Amino acid sequence: MTIPRIPKVSIDLLVNNEMRNVVVRPSDTLLRVLREVLGLTGAKPGCENGDCGSCTVLIDGWPMKSCIMLAVEAVNQQITTIEGLKDTPIQNAFLEQWAFQCGYCTPGFIMNCHALVNIHPDANDKVIQEWLESNICRCTGYEEIEAAVKSVLSKQRSDGRYSH
Amino acid sequence: MIPFDFEYYKATSIPEAIYLFQNLFLQGRNPLYYGGGTEIITLARTNRIYTEAVIDIKGIPECNVFAHHDHKLLVGSAVTLTRVSEERLFPLLSRTCSEAADQTARNKITVGGNICGRIIFREAVLSFLLADSDILIAGPSGINKKPIHEIFKQRMRLQRGEFVVQVHTDTDYTKLPFIAVKKRRIGSVGYPVVTIAAMKKEQLVRVAFSGVCAFPFRSHQIETILNDRLTPLETRIERAVRHLPAPLLSNTDASAEYRAFVLKNTLLDVLTALEEV
Ligand code: FES
Ligand code: FES
Repeated sequence: MTIPRIPKVSIDLLVNNEMRNVVVRPSDTLLRVLREVLGLTGAKPGCENGDCGSCTVLIDGWPMKSCIMLAVEAVNQQITTIEGLKDTPIQNAFLEQWAFQCGYCTPGFIMNCHALVNIHPDANDKVIQEWLESNICRCTGYEEIEAAVKSVLSKQRSDGRYSH
Repeated sequence: MIPFDFEYYKATSIPEAIYLFQNLFLQGRNPLYYGGGTEIITLARTNRIYTEAVIDIKGIPECNVFAHHDHKLLVGSAVTLTRVSEERLFPLLSRTCSEAADQTARNKITVGGNICGRIIFREAVLSFLLADSDILIAGPSGINKKPIHEIFKQRMRLQRGEFVVQVHTDTDYTKLPFIAVKKRRIGSVGYPVVTIAAMKKEQLVRVAFSGVCAFPFRSHQIETILNDRLTPLETRIERAVRHLPAPLLSNTDASAEYRAFVLKNTLLDVLTALEEV
């Protein structure tokens, strides 16, 4: 049986709690679809090779580099981009700790750190370092970013669990 | 951006994946099985591979198994490195997988992708080489189990239309004393200069290497030399390094000479630690 060629597909993506219908090439990365089809430009293209983390989004709560994921793979999964976070503890901590300068890496770092404090509320220094190593910042010395993570972790430990 | 189009199929069973592959192949679409997809995307983006159809195997239940069953540890090919690292069912495997790539990438990279990939550094395979694991392969001729030593020679030798479903490892091997060391030139990210994984079984040390030559390997000849306890340890290591299966890798991370130096020192640490166990 001949399998027909399908140049573009229509898919539903659940982005920031909103169901969005998009028409994509199956070879489009999630990063490209978020930015160029959905207009969500918070996830940044850096290396587009899985190395820098500036394109990080959350898939079912876990950080993923959207440049090494196809948009079609994200069907039936919850996608969260920086546009979906509002006034979260980690965003406030980035402001309080001066954890950014030019800001290009910041959405990716925030997504990763947001997942970290949710998934590992008891993260120790080793876990924090392991997670932060997924992202690259050209401006800061990373110390401020680490301080932001630690401030959220210690606050949520004293307040009880972190909530979205 | 990936500069060409391909179609995406998500298989939900082994027969469906094989059927899709055969049909797409007959139509000249050069299909590829797709797991985590990280390597396919990066190679496609830079025009180093070409396909007109990918068949995602992540929806196949057998590829997602990660559990002990009947005195075997079954690791599905679509299980992510993060899952292997966190659910420590095989501590040596968890350890080596937890050092591959970076934390976020490990949420996407799968065990199957790591052992079948083209990348020189394929950490997941080291534990399976040491544990004499079997590879469950599905393809047009059905489902077959083959010893890893038969099917992994520098890289996974799969026939057209075949894909890895699971890796089976005797539970006993998952409990043996082990050590895994990854040496990088600088810091704790980036490609390693040398990775050594070793385990001890019945007083004999087994050793597997990645980053040393252009492919991961385990060598019985090297193990025989290293286990000759009548010879001083340093001499054994010197001899072992003369019996590598291929020239030492030389690249921007490390010259062959530097790599030899790091390799010998790391072997000394690994063997000293394991011989004391
Ligand atoms: S742009 Fe995705 S990791 Fe760099
Ligand atoms: S703040 Fe500029 S790259 Fe991180």
